[in-house]
Amino acid sequence: MLAKTKEELLKELEEYIENHGYDGKGDVLIQVLHKAQELFGYLPADVLELISDRLNVPLSKIYGVVTFYNFFSTRPKGKHQIKVCLGTACYVKGADRILERFLEELKVGLDEPTSDGLFSVHAVRCLGACSMAPVVMVDDKDFYGRLTPDVVPRIISKYRREG
Amino acid sequence: MPLATNTILICAGGACISAGEKSVKNVFEEELKRYGLNELVRVIETGCMGACTLGPIAVVYPEGVFYQKLTPEAAREIVEEHVLKGRIVEKYLYQAPIGRPVPRVFEEIPFFKKQVRIVTRNLGVIDPTKIEEYIARDGYFALAKALKMKPEEVIREIKESGLRGRGGAGFPTGLKWELAAKQKSERKFVVCNADEGDPGAFMDRSVLEGDPHAVLEGMIIAGYAIGAQKGYVYVRAEYPLAIERLSIAIEQAREYGFLGENIFDSGFSFDVEIRIGAGAFVCGEETALMASIEGERGQPRVKPPYPVERGLWGYPTVINNVETFANVPWIIRNGAKEFRKYGTETSPGTKVFALAGKVKNTGLVEVPMGITLRELIYEIGGGIVGDKKLKAVQTGGPSGGCIPAEYIDVPVDFESLQKLGAIMGSGGMIVMDEDDCMVDVAKFFLQFTVDESCGKCTPCREGTKKMLEILEKITAGEGTEEDLVELEKLANVVKDTSLCGLGQTAPNPVLSTLRYFREEYLAHVLEKKCPSKKCKALISYVIDPSKCVGCTACAKVCPVQCIAGEVRKVHTINQAECVRCGSCIEVCRFGAISKVTPALPVEEVVS
Repeated sequence: MLAKTKEELLKELEEYIENHGYDGKGDVLIQVLHKAQELFGYLPADVLELISDRLNVPLSKIYGVVTFYNFFSTRPKGKHQIKVCLGTACYVKGADRILERFLEELKVGLDEPTSDGLFSVHAVRCLGACSMAPVVMVDDKDFYGRLTPDVVPRIISKYRREG
Repeated sequence: MPLATNTILICAGGACISAGEKSVKNVFEEELKRYGLNELVRVIETGCMGACTLGPIAVVYPEGVFYQKLTPEAAREIVEEHVLKGRIVEKYLYQAPIGRPVPRVFEEIPFFKKQVRIVTRNLGVIDPTKIEEYIARDGYFALAKALKMKPEEVIREIKESGLRGRGGAGFPTGLKWELAAKQKSERKFVVCNADEGDPGAFMDRSVLEGDPHAVLEGMIIAGYAIGAQKGYVYVRAEYPLAIERLSIAIEQAREYGFLGENIFDSGFSFDVEIRIGAGAFVCGEETALMASIEGERGQPRVKPPYPVERGLWGYPTVINNVETFANVPWIIRNGAKEFRKYGTETSPGTKVFALAGKVKNTGLVEVPMGITLRELIYEIGGGIVGDKKLKAVQTGGPSGGCIPAEYIDVPVDFESLQKLGAIMGSGGMIVMDEDDCMVDVAKFFLQFTVDESCGKCTPCREGTKKMLEILEKITAGEGTEEDLVELEKLANVVKDTSLCGLGQTAPNPVLSTLRYFREEYLAHVLEKKCPSKKCKALISYVIDPSKCVGCTACAKVCPVQCIAGEVRKVHTINQAECVRCGSCIEVCRFGAISKVTPALPVEEVVS
């Protein structure tokens, strides 16, 4: 499947706003931002401008909202997002060392994509799988539980093979 | 369709999914198909069964045999042996601590036997994506009953039950509803707070995933009682499965006419919409949550006015937590008196806890209020991992406190926990053992609140940051006794002067550890020692020459190459370069590496 072009994605976002009757409705801002981030992977400035126009919300306010919530990002993220849980249960079971190991193996800082754009590592609050602590979630769907640092390279290479 | 003879219930809770539930389920289905049994034996994914340590788990009916730690291979064997030949596959049964395999755990094992299931009654029993299964378990009967009552009768029933808010603060639910019902307004709202943000808590997630209709039914009844037309469920974005199952449930409830116009011809109309959070802990605070639903930054505002007077868009609003709503249908169906049979006088009913940390049986448990921590941790939880010594129990997440082991016989209810400087909280219960450093735990929670402080009021924004700086100084071995005085003073100021619940409770982890574990703080400050050997700046790794066989495993794994030594000769760690990552301890099979505190002096390198 070919990746969609930016124009197609923008069109999809506009259709989403249109179909839900969101035009001029400021209170659905967070939903629309969720949709935009789902489409683009992050929230580029021109997309925010489009949302500002359609919902009739000042861009300054949108910026305020986007930067307030951890979930939204104005910078691109990696193709595979590795979310390391730093909740209490994971923490007491050594999640800090799992996180360190991911950053070390990928040679990146927190929240920044690798140079090939394949990965980014994020620290998240409790994923609610405490009994499997420490846990990591990749791409919002794959869970890895009861981790030790030496499993980290294997997880990375699994996704590297997928490309 | 022929009548099913066997049913395999497979737990699709978060922990079991992460343990590989999907591949087990697929094999069950493939194998049944291979034997042509796919119409006779049904495979059903249920909500969390609670015994998360044992996942993936499945129960085969009609016998009710409980299989644990399943693999695709295990599923193959169970179909072949159990389903086809009627022979229980012993090796996948739960092994009781005395070494006996137990096929019917629900009746035999304290983990299940000691529980009272009101909120979690359908978890692990029904397919949460099928409204028919919920109805078959008396679902929506409470709604039908409530709609035949007067709204004030519904409120009276809830008031008499003594149900208190399960989100943590314990405000009487019936009273809240009554206050909202009394407001004269053409529009009112019901909001379900599913922004379960406390790290270590997954009760609400499990209930939403495993029994979403119970929450919806509770919300509709609340809507009828206060005269609202619209409800919102505010769910964390981190819980995609809960959002999916709830969306399905809302659709089905609309199809059946439990949501929408003129429900059961009563003239009452009500609808529910989901709003997804965006990763801000403070949105669990009710005024911040409402701001977030309105599309704003989730910043709290001063109370009063309370949401029951002026809530969403300025209209009267009842906000309750997931578990609170899930209690409501049961109470309406069975009556307040029946509910009061469980729990204590001032905290009736049950509470769902998420047991996690250093306890053997982690998972989801529902117990009567007033149960002791000892029963929870040792009988239900099976004791501490590795039979180590219990040090403390942390409840209430970043707003709660650490309860030391000596209070293990205190009953778990709203008042008792508060007296100890902790709170009930939403139900996260993290068990800590002798390896957990209490100063480090306090620092962990402070880091959390500093990150999550919304920045609106100064005590919380600046105060928590200053507190964290002091804690960092202490764990780095640079703290003084004056720092402890300053820390305590600051904690009390933040507690007394912050705007919202987040700030007011943020100092609790610090204050409770200072209260019960002061000697640990003093060891860090005076002796530069971390008694639990957790704080990196205060420990060193050493190799015991009498145990080291020179296998080189540690040298190979060391990320900074600071371990020297030849094959079959004793190795040594260069303290000046060691980053104290602990990798070496993990790989050493001879127990030759250990931690010491205080840290060894690093010898000056003479050039």
